[in-house]
Parts: sequence; structure tokens; C-alpha cells
Amino acid sequence: MMNLVLQCFILLPLAAFLLSFMFPSKREQLLSGWVLSTSALHLLGLLLFLILWILDGAPLLDKRHITFYHTEDIEIFIDLYFDRTTAVFSFIGSIMMLLVSLFSKTYIHRDPGFKRFFVTLLFFFTGYNLVVFSGNFETLFIGWEILGVCSFLLIAFYRDRYLPIKNALKVISIYRIGDICLMLVMWMSHHLWHENITFITLNDTALVANHLLEHQGYGVFIALMIFLAAAAKSAQFPFSYWLPRAMEGPTSSSAIFYGALSVHIGVFLLLRTYPYWESLMIVKVIIVTMGILTTLIASNIASVQSTVKTQIAYASVAQIGLMFVEVALGFHWLALIHFSGNAMLRTYQLLISPSVLSYRIHDMMFHFKPKVESKKNAYFARLYHTFYMLGIQEWNMDHFFSVLLWTPAKKIGRSVSFLSTRFFIILLSFIYLSGLVLNIYRESISIDLIEFLPFVYSVIGLLLLLKAFSFRGNAIASWLSVFSAQLFITLGVVFLNEHFGFTEIGLLLSGSIASALIGYLTLRKVYQIDQDIQLNRFHGYVYEKPILAFIFLLCCLGMIGLPFTPSFVGIDLLFSHIHKHQELVIIFTSISFLFFEISVLRIYARVFLGPHKKEFHPIAFKSS
Amino acid sequence: MTEARFDLQHVLDELKHLLPSQTPIKDFIHHNSLHAYQHLPFFEAIFKASSFAGYQVTLQLSEFRELYYSGRIRKDALLKVIKNRKGIADQDIWLHHLLNTDYPLNRDPLIGRLRSQWKKIYAIDLDHHVQPLLFRILCSYLDQGITIWPFPLNGQGFIESVRNLESSSMTSLFKTSRGRNLLANKDITVQELLNILVGDEQYFTQYLFDQQFSHPGWSGIVSAIEQAPHTLMDSRAISLNELILFELILEIDALEDQIGRNWKSLGSHHLPAPIDLFADQKSTEWMEVLKLWQEAFEWSYYDEVLSGIRLAHKQSKPINKHKSFQAIFCIDERECSLRRHIEQEDQYCETLGMPGFFGVEFYFQPEHGKFYDKLCPAPVTPAYLIKESEVKEKRGHEMLYKKETNNLVFGSFATLVLGIWSGLKLGLTLFRPKMSPAISDAYAHMGRTSVLSIENSNPSHRENNLQIGFTVLEMTDRVEAVLRNIGLIEQYAPLIYFVAHGSSSANNPHHGAHDCGACSGRPGSVNARVMATMANHPEVRKSLKDRGIFIPDYTQFLGGLHDTASDQIEFYDEVILTPTNSIEHQKHLASFDRALDMNAKERSRRFASISTRKNIRSIRRSILKRSVSMFEPRPELGHGTNTLCIVGRREMTQGLFLDRRAFLNSYDYRTDPDGHLLVGVMRPLGPVCGGINLEYYFSRVDNYRLGAGTKLPHNVMGLIGVANSCDGDLRPGLPLQMIEVHDPVRLLIIVEHRPEVVLKAIQSTPEMYEWYINEWVKLVVLHPESKDYYYFEGGQFNVYEPLNVSIEKLEDMNTFLESAPEMETNYIVDATKEHLPVSILNS
Repeated sequence: MMNLVLQCFILLPLAAFLLSFMFPSKREQLLSGWVLSTSALHLLGLLLFLILWILDGAPLLDKRHITFYHTEDIEIFIDLYFDRTTAVFSFIGSIMMLLVSLFSKTYIHRDPGFKRFFVTLLFFFTGYNLVVFSGNFETLFIGWEILGVCSFLLIAFYRDRYLPIKNALKVISIYRIGDICLMLVMWMSHHLWHENITFITLNDTALVANHLLEHQGYGVFIALMIFLAAAAKSAQFPFSYWLPRAMEGPTSSSAIFYGALSVHIGVFLLLRTYPYWESLMIVKVIIVTMGILTTLIASNIASVQSTVKTQIAYASVAQIGLMFVEVALGFHWLALIHFSGNAMLRTYQLLISPSVLSYRIHDMMFHFKPKVESKKNAYFARLYHTFYMLGIQEWNMDHFFSVLLWTPAKKIGRSVSFLSTRFFIILLSFIYLSGLVLNIYRESISIDLIEFLPFVYSVIGLLLLLKAFSFRGNAIASWLSVFSAQLFITLGVVFLNEHFGFTEIGLLLSGSIASALIGYLTLRKVYQIDQDIQLNRFHGYVYEKPILAFIFLLCCLGMIGLPFTPSFVGIDLLFSHIHKHQELVIIFTSISFLFFEISVLRIYARVFLGPHKKEFHPIAFKSS
Repeated sequence: MTEARFDLQHVLDELKHLLPSQTPIKDFIHHNSLHAYQHLPFFEAIFKASSFAGYQVTLQLSEFRELYYSGRIRKDALLKVIKNRKGIADQDIWLHHLLNTDYPLNRDPLIGRLRSQWKKIYAIDLDHHVQPLLFRILCSYLDQGITIWPFPLNGQGFIESVRNLESSSMTSLFKTSRGRNLLANKDITVQELLNILVGDEQYFTQYLFDQQFSHPGWSGIVSAIEQAPHTLMDSRAISLNELILFELILEIDALEDQIGRNWKSLGSHHLPAPIDLFADQKSTEWMEVLKLWQEAFEWSYYDEVLSGIRLAHKQSKPINKHKSFQAIFCIDERECSLRRHIEQEDQYCETLGMPGFFGVEFYFQPEHGKFYDKLCPAPVTPAYLIKESEVKEKRGHEMLYKKETNNLVFGSFATLVLGIWSGLKLGLTLFRPKMSPAISDAYAHMGRTSVLSIENSNPSHRENNLQIGFTVLEMTDRVEAVLRNIGLIEQYAPLIYFVAHGSSSANNPHHGAHDCGACSGRPGSVNARVMATMANHPEVRKSLKDRGIFIPDYTQFLGGLHDTASDQIEFYDEVILTPTNSIEHQKHLASFDRALDMNAKERSRRFASISTRKNIRSIRRSILKRSVSMFEPRPELGHGTNTLCIVGRREMTQGLFLDRRAFLNSYDYRTDPDGHLLVGVMRPLGPVCGGINLEYYFSRVDNYRLGAGTKLPHNVMGLIGVANSCDGDLRPGLPLQMIEVHDPVRLLIIVEHRPEVVLKAIQSTPEMYEWYINEWVKLVVLHPESKDYYYFEGGQFNVYEPLNVSIEKLEDMNTFLESAPEMETNYIVDATKEHLPVSILNS
């Protein structure tokens, strides 16, 4: 019975989210009232549920819901789960949601994006609950993705300025690394367990130990991917630099996302999967080490921050580092208390951050002591200056990723720009068509070729994506290369695995084809306005064409297989059809998926967001 | 500036003149955002500024048209403006242009064109590589108290400190050795760096302008601090020259890192010819169209006011000789409504207005204060110090505001232990907002019963070159000047109040902008108390008598403070009152309170969350709550809608409903036939009222480039300013939440005197005349005898006959206030629906 109630905590915000589109944007009271009553109801329900649950002896709850796909060895379904961790996370989440929406009701008043804010907030709340109530990786991943998209939308909330857009793309790129790790987790666990494992099964210590004994290497790989995903989402070293850059939206959205909930999801992921990696010493050592490292580095960076919000951000990262340590060492109650405390403290600190000015200035008036030039020992001074500078430069984390990932990707992408010449378009079409033909007669081709073809197609797919990622020309061309990349990747997997048949392709492409087509038409329409949608700058067309922008956003989400489109299941399937020994294919495919979402959102951002290119109305300076 | 020789000092001077001049935000002083163009006529100046930096300088054409169709711009006013400017013959053509012609407009600012060549030539966005680090280092260097680890200063200025930091650490700020070496070279000059980067000397000036205006906020604060280092409590030596030097090195470093050794200076490529950023430009047709619209918008309102004043004059009754009390308020337009209400509550009282520092200029040192607060208009440099002692109130602390919550050890303790506490605090701030040490409280500026060192009996009693307190002679001079300026030289009531104002608000870095502009952006409570004490001083009274001012012995002065956000009034030193006056004072307090009720009601109609129709007690509560609510970005609307400044007797405006849009300065032409006093009265009007008005104007028309944008995402940078992002430029100007109800209309000053006297007064100094002759403020004189209006234009006064606007008569204030529609959005046409027409009270 209690199992069945679980779904209400997701359906309630989901329904509220879907219905919230109906409210006219001018009816602020109605909208905020709707959000407030949703979160109040959620909290109330949760409270009741918690009381009953505790009276019942706090049992583990698990309930399996809709199955999306089912064959003999693959099953993709929604599963909900409830335990102590879920209890704490959902309770704090619900309280924070209520408090922050109450705060925002007045705070966001009269902002042109009032409705956008609250609708996104509801979507976020849905995603958050999906994550914390999830009973398997697939369910968790849906929520996880929703959080990513909402983050992007709220960081880019002030869409007519340059920095929010730039930073939204930066954050989503890091998030995407976490997503890919999670996809790999699902991929590998599929091969490890030969089923879609639920979290409740992980509690079976004997079963887990058995599997790990057989496949130690895979086990460590999965655990490390989980850790990386958690580290990216929780802004751990070396990902931390995204967190201060995410503070672009209204203060209250920064508070709930990056003070309270979103940023702690990594901790949740570790807690949730702990039974799985608790026996892997090496993983625990890595997590503890990285946790301590993060704590020290983030504290160092926080100490030299001269702006209120970034200081809070790094201080919070340092505490989350400690939480990682606590989880790895098995102090879960402590971690849960730590999470609750950090969430509330940082939310509060962020919400009142503007008032720090008057408080501290007033404080200085009465307590200021001019600094005395202390005669520091030269070695100490040298050390201090070194760490001071490292802190100022945020330990060059940003630089690290651009050297490691983004710059090489751009270089490769630019060097294959010839792919968009007419000759190569024809050649690629030919390669693709022959691939289709070959597939039909696959029985009569040599095994070697069959093994080799997936590799070829996944490489072409990746190159097309990198080209789109770095392309500075017409957005339409970029959009089409993203779409063809997806076709190539799909074909590669088709070769890989004969079980990946028409149903699967259909699932994968059903969302994409429609999205690609509508997206294409939308871009055409925008192109006709000024005959210029080059990707070498931001155009800000949302100012002129808000509806087209919204449609295109939906297409982007459809293209990348946002949860609730069939493509999502398709992508999951696609991964599970890559065998575990096909390392190269999995590497190329996952890198492709990394750049896939980034390229798509980049097109959206460059064409529709940013400072409007026509200066007949006030436009912000780029640096503001 | 196209001269071949590059003169760095000259360029630096020009830059400092042109960059935003806003000082650290704790001292928010309103000023003309385009002060650098003030030597030019208004329209010429704004369009020049627009082509320079791409500012929007009037409303958009579409907005003007919507205002016209909504009736806010009157058709007769529009036709009259066209006729006056373009002649009757072309009236139809211009009307057509105004209403129908499309002007495909794409401002392409002059600034930034040269530096954009980097992107064209090398596909590199220098700002992207340079600005984040540059801003972070600047902010850390200037930081006043956010960082936990302080910037390692070496006491020799910015560049030396950075050099020292760089040389004594094991890591580097630069990515290449070239950057490192350039910084290490102590003799390096801007000129040499420009030689490397730009090469061709004729582009140097343009390059520096491009560079510094790519982040006007940071450059502006550096130049402001360079010019007034004392504006920082924790002072820092920095100069624009150092900023430029460092930025140029970072640019070379970025180029070297991104492109490698093989880049050449800009000058060695083919470049468009250097641009004269300040060339005069021809007025185009769309500029003419905007000018006409702007003037029509202005006159639609001015004419209404002028008709109203004429009517008020006719209706005005002689003021009763026996007055219950007199109250002297700040000229601030937010006091305009309170004065009207108090006059309604007590028919025997008299209200007056003057700049809210009440003629006493000094620095104030609160008890245990480590610094002095300047309490007078910004351009004045006081020679006096008032020290406070015996403060009873204890200042509270807030654990959660300590920066230690963000370090590792205490932070862990804080999250584990105080976490739940902060959750509770958050709940309390949402459900039970109340005053706390974290809220800027207007009444906390000075202890309620503290002792002030007002009198100086020994002129050698000095501190830091300031005289502590005023001598009797100095006091007498000031009291006399104040009373004469406002024409209060006879008919003294038993009680005379000096009511200063301040504003309490929570979570608001811009709180200084809500306080008294005449007190350098602080509450004026100390000034009110000082002035009242001086005027009560027996020796001063005696000396005043010798100078012909007879204040009866029973008359007592009292200082007070009106909180314009929470709508409360408190008076100081009430213990000095005689028993009779004390009884009267209690009665007046009740009148003040009823007036505040009505004032709160009047203000409430601008706030969507408060229904004007609600019970008055509950409106007062909601108003009070706003001023202490962390979640309220609009504790009050500040000077939004200010448009008028009326210099004259109260009879001009008594009973006139001006919707809190008028600065009211009392002045009696009869006591000053030759205009000697008028010069002093009018001198602050330009910088104070004009400054406020123009800052609101420009922040309203271009909230992105001249204003601070919406405050919702603001991040406090180093306690000196706000920015949007962690890597963003500082945002001077006013935030969106302060200007959304404002009509961008220039200030109209209306003076009651003879035109020739006023002309002489405004021509007394060139700085003052500039405001009028260049039309940054408009001037109309009401001739006291003929009752004719004279409009000042082109250096002379001409008779002006306003359009005949019918003025509504008000029977009941309550229903009138309740009749105003609520704005749906803050879009101009919606927002201005809230404005109520000029009307007259039927009393």
C-alpha cells in the first residue's frame, strides 16, 4: 500500500508542472499560488507519509511502475524506492521548495520571466523528486537529466545578456560529463548484472559480492563512473569551477539550485549506490582522497573570493567534499545531517547575500582595524602568495578542461570542416546508404567487416558532431550535421548487434526525426528574417521571436532525447546494445553523446539567446 | 583626438571625465549619468553619447507612440511642440513622421570598433581571456571585507602589489613568459605596451577608449577611487594608468598564449582609419522625431502642472496667523505627499521645505565609530565634526553573517550545528519579517538619546583638522541662513520641527540611494537634531535678535526623522520641551500619525501586494513589513516619478495633488526682492534635484547600459559595488526595481519671482548656468504680480501660456487614491497607468 503512495510525490509536481503552462503570464498571484499550494501539499503529504512510515518501522519500500521496453535480456522500467536517504532528501527538498517559492513570489514580482521562473521551478522539483525516489538507474537518470535542463534554463534566465548564456553552456558542458558517466554506469551494469538492476537488489550483499568477485574490473569501472558523475554534479574538484558561474539567475533560483538541492545530488548518488561499492577498497580510497582534496582546495579558493556569492559557492563545495568522505567512510547519518545543514545554511546565506553589504560596512564602521604589515617569514610569504594566486585562478580548473577537452574538440572539429562540402555530403550519403544495404545482407558479409563497420560509423558520427560543435557558419548546416551524426551512430550500433532492430531504431529516432524536421523548419524561418544565423556570434532572436524560440527549445530537447520522449529509451537501448568488449565503439559513442547535447544547445543559445543583434532598443554591454 | 602625437595624460584625463563616476555603493550619490556631456545642449549631448557607446537615450519610438495612443502624450501638446519647432507649414509632415514613419535603426556604437579587429584578424575574443582574471584581481585588491584571506598588499599601489605577488610566488598569473617578463620590468610604460599591441600611434587613443569602455564599471570605480581615495574605508592606492598597464600586459599574454609567437600588432594589418570618437554629428530625421516626442511628452505633463498651480493660487486662502506648529521637511519629492496630508490633518500648521541637511555641513562620528560620515551635499567639504557619545542602544550581531561560516573549520561546525538554525531563520524572515542588525535601519544611524558635540566653546578643539562642533557665531550664521532662505522670519509657532528623512530596507545594496541625497546618501537625523539644537540655543537666539530675527521664547525647535520606507516618524530630544509645548507636541504626534496613515495609503497604490482599499492599520503594517523584508526588492520606490521642483511659497502648491512628483523648496520672494538669497537657494537644485532626475531618466531609458539592470541576480563585489555574475563588470546606475514607475521627463523647476531676478541668479556661476542654458533642467518662472509664466529658453525668458488643461477637483482623497489602476507589467504604458492626474483638493 505504502509502495503505491510513492508515485504521488512525483506525479503531483509533474501534474502541477504540466498544468502550469495554462496560466496566463500576467496572473502572478495565480501562478505563484499554484506553485505554493503544490509544494505545501507535497510537504504535507510527505510529512504524513513519513509519520506513517516511521510508525511502520521504517521499512524499505520499492515499487515497480511502467515498463517502457521489454525483451528477454533488457527491460527498461520506472522503479520507485524509499529509504532513510530518500526520506531526508525528499523532506529537505520539499521544505526548501516551499520556502524558496515563498521568497520568490515577492522577489521575482514583475520580472518579465515570472512565469518562466515558476514553471521551470516546478519542472526542477519534478526532476528532483524523481531522482530521490528513484529505484533504479534509469529512473534516476530521467530526473538527473531534468535537473540539467532546468539548470541550463535558469542560469540562462536573463537570456538577453552574454554572460548568463556563456555560463549556462559552460555549466551544461560539465553536467554533460556527469551524464555520460551515468550512461556508462548503466551500460556497464547492464552487462555486469544481465538485467536492469534496481537499488533494492543492491542491498543484497551476497549477490553484490558474488558479482564483484567475478568481474572486479567492471565493478571498479562502474563505481568510478558513479563517483565521477557525482563529482561533476556536486562540483567537486576538478569540476568545481562551474558552481560560482551558475549563480547567474535570480538570487532565489541560485539559492535553491546551487545552495540547497541540485548541488547535493552527487552526495545522494553516492549514498544511494553505497551498498554496491562499499566493498571496493580502492574506490573508497579514491573517494576519500578526492573528497579531502576538494575540501582543501575549495576552502583555499573560498578564502580568496571577493564576491559574496562565489565565496558561499566554494564554501559549500568544501562541505560537500567532506560529505563525500563521510559517505565513503560509512557515516551516513552524519552525511545526512551535514547535507541538511549545508542545504539550509547556504540557501539562507545566498538569499540574504545582498544584505551582507550593509551589515559588513556597518560592522567596519565600528570594528575596523587597519592591517598591520606583519613581518612574515619569507618562506611563509611565498607559500601564502602561491596559494593566494592559485585560489584567485581557481586552480586553473577551467583551463584544465579547455586544454583537455574543449580545445582539442574544436581543433578536430575545425579540421574536418571539409565534411560539409558538397563532395563529402554526397560521399557520406553514399556511405550511409551502402551501410543500410549491407545491413540487410549482413548474413553474407564477413564477420571481420561486421566488426569493423560499427567502428567506422561511430567515428564518422563523432567527427560530424565535433564539426557541429566547433562550426561557426550557418546554424542550419550545424543542425543537420548533428542529426546526421545521430543517424550514423545509430547505424553503427545496428551493425553491432542484430537485436537492435526496427523497434529499437524506431524508438530512438521517433523523437529525433520529428524534432530535427521541426527544428530545421524553425531555423529556416529565422534565417529568412535577416539571412544570417551564423554561429560565430549570439543573435538573440528570442527578443523578436519568442514563440519560435520556445518551439526550437522543445526540438532541441527532443533531439537530445529528453526524458518523456521515446528517444530517451532509444538511447538507453543503444548503449545497452554495445558489447562490453567493444571499447572503441563505446568510447566514441560516449564522446559523441557528450558533444551531442552541447552542440544542440549551442545552436539554440547562439541563434536565440544572448544580446539581440539589432540595437534599436537598449542592449546590455557584453561584459555585464 | 586625431592628432598624431599620443598624449597619455590627456587620454587618461578624458577617460576619467567620461567614465561613470559612481563611488563605492555605500555612498550612493545621485548624479547626471552623462555628466561628461553637460557642457553641451541636452539633445546634442545625449545623441552624441548614444553614438559613442550605443546608449538608448530617449524612450523608444514605439513606446512614445503607445504613450500617445494611451493619452499620456496629449495631442494638443504634440501639435504645439511641432508647430514651435518646425513651423505650422510642415506640421502635417512631421506629425506623419512621428506617428507612422519607420526608422530602421541599428545603433552601431563608435566604441569597440578598433578592438573588434582582433576577432576579425585572429578570431580571438580578448575580453573573454582577459576580463575574468582582471576583474577578480581588481576586486580582490579593492575588497573592503569579503575575502577571508586579504590581498597581499605591499603599500605601493596596485601594480607594485601585483608585481610583488607575482614575483614572490611559485605560480604565475600569466600563461606565457612574455607576460611575466613585461610585468617584471618596472620601467614598462603604457606607451611601450601599446607599441607592442597596436603599433601605429594614431590608433593608441582609440584603442584605450575601446579597452576601458569594454568594462566601464570597473574602469569607472578605479578612476573614482583614484580621484577620491578616502571613499574607501580600507583605503587602497590605485590609478587608471595602473589598470591600463596591467590590462595591456594581460592582453599581450592572452594573444601570445592563444596564437603563439606569430601575431603582429593591430597597426601592421590593414585597418579602417582611426575614428574621432567625439566628432560632432549631424542631427538626423529620427533624432528630430525623438526630440519632438520627448518634448511633447514633457509638455503634456508640464502644462497640466502649470494649469494646476494657477488654480491653486486662485484658491489659496491666506495662511492663518496663529499656527499650531511649523514643520520643515527635506525638499525630497517623497515628502510632498506627507506635507499635503499633514496640512489636511491640521489646518493650522504650516509646512516648509529645504535641502535635508538643514544648512549644517559636518562630518559625523558615531560613538566608537572608526570613520566619519559626511552629512551634507556631496560637493561640499565640511570643516566641522560632530561626535556622538552615550549611545544607549546596543548593536546586535548576526552569527550567520560572519565570513567565518565560509572557512573550513568553522564552516563545518556552522553547517552541522547552525544549519538547522539557519533553516529556522529563513522561515522567520519569510513569515515574521522584523528589524535585525542585518537590515539597514534609518533610525540606527544615530543613537536615539545619544549626546552630540554640537557646541564648540574652544576653536582649538580639533580632530584630524576638523573643528569639533560649531561656535555660537557659526551656529547663528547657519540658523539665520536657513530661516531666511525659506522665508520663515516671522509668525513663529510654539513648536517648529525639522523633519529629516532616511529609509530602512533589507537585502538592498542600493539602500544609500533611498536615503537623503542632500546628506550624501545617508539619513539626515543628525542634521535635524543639530539644527534644532542650534536654533534652541539661548545665545544663538540672542544673536539672532540682533540680526532682526525675533523668535519668541516659547518657541522650541525639535529634530525628527521620517522613514520614507516604513512611514514612521520619530522625534529627538523631546525632554527639552516645556510642559505646555509637551502637551501640544503630543497632539501633533497624533496628527503626524494620521498623516502617515494617509501617506502609507497613497504609497500603497503603487504596490501590487497591498490593496489600497484595505483597512488603514493593515496598510501601515504591510508598509512597515516591506521595509524589513529580505524578499522585498522594492521596499520603496525611491525618487521614481520625480519631475518637478517648485521654489516658492506654499501658496503656490497648497492643496494641489502632485502625486509625489515635486521637490518643494520654500522661498519667499517678498523677503528677498533682489534675489540675494535666491542664488544660494538655487545653487544645489541642479546637482541635487537635477542629478536625481537625470540619473532616473537615464537609468529608465537604458537600464542595461546606464542603469544597473534588474537587481535580482546582483552579486555584491568586494563591498564596493554590484555585478551580475562572478565574472561580470560592475553595474553603476539604478536597478530596474527603482525606475520602473519613472517617467523619463526632465526636471521642471518653477520659481516664484520676477524673471530678471531669476536670470541674474542662475547666471551667477557658469556651473549653475550650464544646467539651464543647456536644458538639462527646464525652468519656468511665475511672476508674483502678473501671475504670468515665463519660460526660459535660449538665454532669455519669454511669456508662456500653458495649454488649457482642466484640473479635476477632489472631494475625497480616499476614493481618489483608490481609483488609480494597478499596473499589470512594468512596461512603460502599463506602469504609467498608475500615475494620477494633477488635481486640486476642495477644502
